[in-house]
Amino acid sequence: MTIQFKDESFRGDFSYANSPSNIPRFPFPFPEDEYMYSTNIEPHHAARAGSPFENAFDVDEHYVAEMKDRALVLAEDPGRCQALPHMETAGWDFLELVMVSKARDYPDLFKLTMDGDRWHWINKPLQIDDTFTFGDSSTLPCHPMEYIGRQVQGDHAILDQRDGNLWMDAGIITAQADWSLDFDIGMNFFEWHAPVPLAHELGVFQRALKFLLTLPQGQPSRRLNWTLTVNPRLDTSPENYPKWGPDKLTVTPENIGEKIHLRVELQTFWRLPRSNAILFPIRTYLMAMNEVVTQPKWGRRLHRVMRDLRPELVDYKGLSRYHPILVEWLSQFDDGAPTSPGIFPD
Amino acid sequence: MGPATMSESIIEESIISRPTYGTLKIVPGLAHYFLADASGAECVIRVVQEMPRDMMEKVHILYVPTPGEAALITSLYALGAKRFEHFPTIEEAVAKLGSWLSDAKMGSQLYLAGTEGLVGQGVAKGEECGLDHTAVQCEHRGSLARRVQCVHCKTMIEDVTTQPVKCPSCDLLLLVRDHYSRRLAAFQGVCINAEDPTEEVEIKEVFK
Repeated sequence: MTIQFKDESFRGDFSYANSPSNIPRFPFPFPEDEYMYSTNIEPHHAARAGSPFENAFDVDEHYVAEMKDRALVLAEDPGRCQALPHMETAGWDFLELVMVSKARDYPDLFKLTMDGDRWHWINKPLQIDDTFTFGDSSTLPCHPMEYIGRQVQGDHAILDQRDGNLWMDAGIITAQADWSLDFDIGMNFFEWHAPVPLAHELGVFQRALKFLLTLPQGQPSRRLNWTLTVNPRLDTSPENYPKWGPDKLTVTPENIGEKIHLRVELQTFWRLPRSNAILFPIRTYLMAMNEVVTQPKWGRRLHRVMRDLRPELVDYKGLSRYHPILVEWLSQFDDGAPTSPGIFPD
Repeated sequence: MGPATMSESIIEESIISRPTYGTLKIVPGLAHYFLADASGAECVIRVVQEMPRDMMEKVHILYVPTPGEAALITSLYALGAKRFEHFPTIEEAVAKLGSWLSDAKMGSQLYLAGTEGLVGQGVAKGEECGLDHTAVQCEHRGSLARRVQCVHCKTMIEDVTTQPVKCPSCDLLLLVRDHYSRRLAAFQGVCINAEDPTEEVEIKEVFK
């Protein structure tokens, strides 16, 4: 299958949109009609041909445009890509994992040739053709994490493991849901999750950490997380909050279907072979409400989830200003019929 | 950070990244490094006075006095530490701590006492110099004024006592969060009225 890469923007005129064929493959994050935090981790096995779970690193029609947006963010704020000095080996692990996976899963788009430690990498969509020495950063234009991070959709954090904890010691983070790598770098698992309400009390992070500390190589895992974003904006960083915060005031009952986007993070977890670090890709998918409700099951369910969402979560996810009108708007798509289990459309 | 044992400091229970502090206590070590400001000076005096005189050879004290104050300098000097130096700013004292720690032996202990800004910067320096966190003790004394990083322009704002606080560099009105970075030794400041900049927010003195 050849992917037609879209020429679109995640800022300014916000020309981003999903093609009709791309809508059913959206990773809708609600397997039930209600939502509460859980340690919803499952094996990252290939699932459903055509779904975002089919391949290790999903490539879709937004690939090229997302990489352009990342380059814009990094040009403005180089602090979005940082690695503590001991994280270079992990950067090479990350590069290897992405190159090997993409060349295997998308042979018409990516090609990797290895001759000992001389590697030749071709990325056709981004028109990259480079030869370098694996493990020798002087043969790349930048840190290996940044080099490959500019060629793979989603933010990527790399977590060092020591003292029975995970440490956010490196990352390339340009499409985040309101957290700052520059502030959080060097923090442990509990510290960087500190601002999240309710979940600590529920023991979610203790269980998740326990699971991740024993994550074996070759057995990646995944989970979905979600929030809502006004306009299809990838860079909702705290750094740029004054730029995207005012968007929330532009939501009206008339434009809500095109303005509000369901923002889903496909988070995966990979044990890296040399560094023993964990690669933590946070891949963001955006879909306008108008697009979501083209799938009747999703329209019904989203109404029920939003209507019954706990007030702490409405507040934490930053939905307070438009939550009531969204619930009202979504109610027109809920006829009360039962919904089938699981996230896929009927 | 030390365990949350008894302390003079009253810090309300908060989120996990927000540091808690204990009470300084001498533990066995090959060298003992102290860093304090005026509000922490009495903690240093308390613990050093309990040490046997022959241990003074292993004691090194850095001090940041309140401008114009001399009595505590005299008292700290009188402890008879191997080295005692004082500096007008936390920044200079912490830089000196870094140069001392870079020559320090394994088994060195670091003791920090005073306001959160001083303690936090001492912790960050200790970590940077490779000191294990179990070798660092902290006691909070004095004001609850916070060191805040503006997340927007990255300016460090010292001695913040109000909520919100205006960033002196980018002029945004910042909500001072409890989210804390040990590496930066700072709390996070995020624009409080970004969604509606016309919103008036009252500035209150809260970190006393």
